[in-house]
Amino acid sequence: MSGNSSLYKYTWRLPLLIWQAAFFVVPLIFLVVMSFWLVKNYRMQPDFVLKNWDKMFSRGYFWDAYWLTLGRAALASVIVSLIAFPASFALAFKVSDTTRRWAIFFLIIPFFTSYLVRVYAWQVILAEQGVINALFGTMGIGPVTMLNSGFGAMIGYLTLTLPLVVILQTFSLAAVDRNLIEAAWNLGCGRARTILSVIVPSAKIGLILGAVFCFILSFGDFVAPYYLGGSKPPTLSILIIDTTKSGQQWPRAAVVAICMIATLFTVAFAAIALAYGKPRK
Amino acid sequence: MKSLIKPTRRAVLAGTAAVLTTPYLNRAWAADPVEINMLAWYGHGEPDMVEEFEAMHNVKFNSKYYAGGDNMLALIAQSPPGTYDVILSDGEFVQQLNAAGYIEEMDADDYDFDDFFPEFQNFPGHWKGDELWSVMVRYGLLGVSFNTDVVSHKEAMSYGVLWDEKLKGKVGHFDWHLPSLGQISLYNGNDDPSPFDIDEAAWEKLQETTMSLRPQVGGFFDYGGTFSNLKNGDMHAMCGIGDWITGVLRKDGAPVDSVIPEEGGIQWTESYSIGKGTDKGEIIRDFIQYMLSPKGQVRSIQMAAYPGLSPTKSGWIAIQQENHAEAVRSGLIGGVDNSPIKMIQEGRIHFRDIPQQQDLEDWNDFWSEYKNA
Repeated sequence: MSGNSSLYKYTWRLPLLIWQAAFFVVPLIFLVVMSFWLVKNYRMQPDFVLKNWDKMFSRGYFWDAYWLTLGRAALASVIVSLIAFPASFALAFKVSDTTRRWAIFFLIIPFFTSYLVRVYAWQVILAEQGVINALFGTMGIGPVTMLNSGFGAMIGYLTLTLPLVVILQTFSLAAVDRNLIEAAWNLGCGRARTILSVIVPSAKIGLILGAVFCFILSFGDFVAPYYLGGSKPPTLSILIIDTTKSGQQWPRAAVVAICMIATLFTVAFAAIALAYGKPRK
Repeated sequence: MKSLIKPTRRAVLAGTAAVLTTPYLNRAWAADPVEINMLAWYGHGEPDMVEEFEAMHNVKFNSKYYAGGDNMLALIAQSPPGTYDVILSDGEFVQQLNAAGYIEEMDADDYDFDDFFPEFQNFPGHWKGDELWSVMVRYGLLGVSFNTDVVSHKEAMSYGVLWDEKLKGKVGHFDWHLPSLGQISLYNGNDDPSPFDIDEAAWEKLQETTMSLRPQVGGFFDYGGTFSNLKNGDMHAMCGIGDWITGVLRKDGAPVDSVIPEEGGIQWTESYSIGKGTDKGEIIRDFIQYMLSPKGQVRSIQMAAYPGLSPTKSGWIAIQQENHAEAVRSGLIGGVDNSPIKMIQEGRIHFRDIPQQQDLEDWNDFWSEYKNA
């Protein structure tokens, strides 16, 4: 009986295990192995040399790109979380169920169109002869440089992640036990203290997951820093493209990719520990 | 009563026409088109370039596009032999294609080299002794490209304009090191023998000069980004491009132009080779002959994706007759000031090349450092 039960359980787990093995573990192992290969005459040759790791780690531009990417992704997570919170709060607590459903539907709609197309639309909006500068022009301001800058890249990150973070935060806030809020009110908490001491800690998991998703997507994004940031300076994803374009150095690109994956693992596990960790007394 | 047997004049004409066209119908209906796999820069396999040849020879081009010689070599290296029947490569990469054994030797008698301008009859790297490995089909010139509302033609006549205070943050780079570094090498005076054939001291100096341009740079762009940033006015000058971009934008009414500065310009060159292991060598030969014919050259000069110049005398005559305005604009008229042949003869144009005294990797590495600076 117990044997049948465990077979049943493993059968249901099997598709996930196969999926993860085929599309994550095996490619990851291949990526690691490839990082020790050599490229000769534009062809990869199996080998075991540390040259690619040495080459990338000894280059200042790799570390510049690394810290830039990390910093931008962290900044995007903070900005997006702060911008998303008021909207999510309103959707969770201030509107009817019907309005919330419609709002979430409208938040999903941007994902119906290609991210690249949305970024190209932003180029038209942010350009010196674009919509915003035309508006500024009527007020005698500008033109202001927005495209091909860190600001432009950040707009791209927001385009990519803001709807998702609002949705995650909304679900998380909507699940907060209303009795806790009422109790806080009854005990004399003001609005700010109720939000900071009751609502935010109760919705902590969803809020952190939202920020982590924003970090992950921004950290690996190629489109925003390239098409809105002008590749100036390049992020790690652009560095991967550059590395493969010049001399087809896929093994060196693999080194960059492995560093990115390691960083994302570290950030994700730290965030999970923070989200699910018990509060200090 | 009309005879049912005696045909009318109209019936005879219709019947004759039907008989005469039958072979063509038969050929079109009887056999599927022969598929030709082409590896090329964007646009070469599009209808404006190949549809006539496809109809004439009942063939169909399957095009795989690349951007940059490195990318081309990698695509071939990662494909089984015989994958590509015809390869359009940058002139400076033909030697590497040959060294790696990716292309077939060609029969020089198949091509009318007397029709080529003398400057192109023995193009570097295309011949190995008497052996022919590639045939140049078009080229273009790279100089200073600029927004005519911001930069005057006179100012653009030196690469020094890129350092002008009014262009701070408004200078763009086409994101490929060879053309940009080649141009700045020319600015440093490295024109003898070539901006790509420089010693270590000149290479150090080139890096220093390039780095000094970095505060002026507003971005590094691919093909599409270069178009949009010049068109929407976000970049007022571009390094590493030429008429192949601004020529298209000008047709759309954008206030942009390209000039060859006093320090000189870089020539990009596109050449056809026959892929190693193809069993369609004869039809590829016919295709290259077609592209070199006056008709093919007129198409190439006016290619929708990006314009090019003709290396053949008959190509110049053909475009003068077919589209005189384009011939004037491109300088494809003997003796005029913007004639590419005149500029080559004056020593102002240098063929784009891979670095001769440094590793390509060194130039790549520096480009990455420059972008991150």
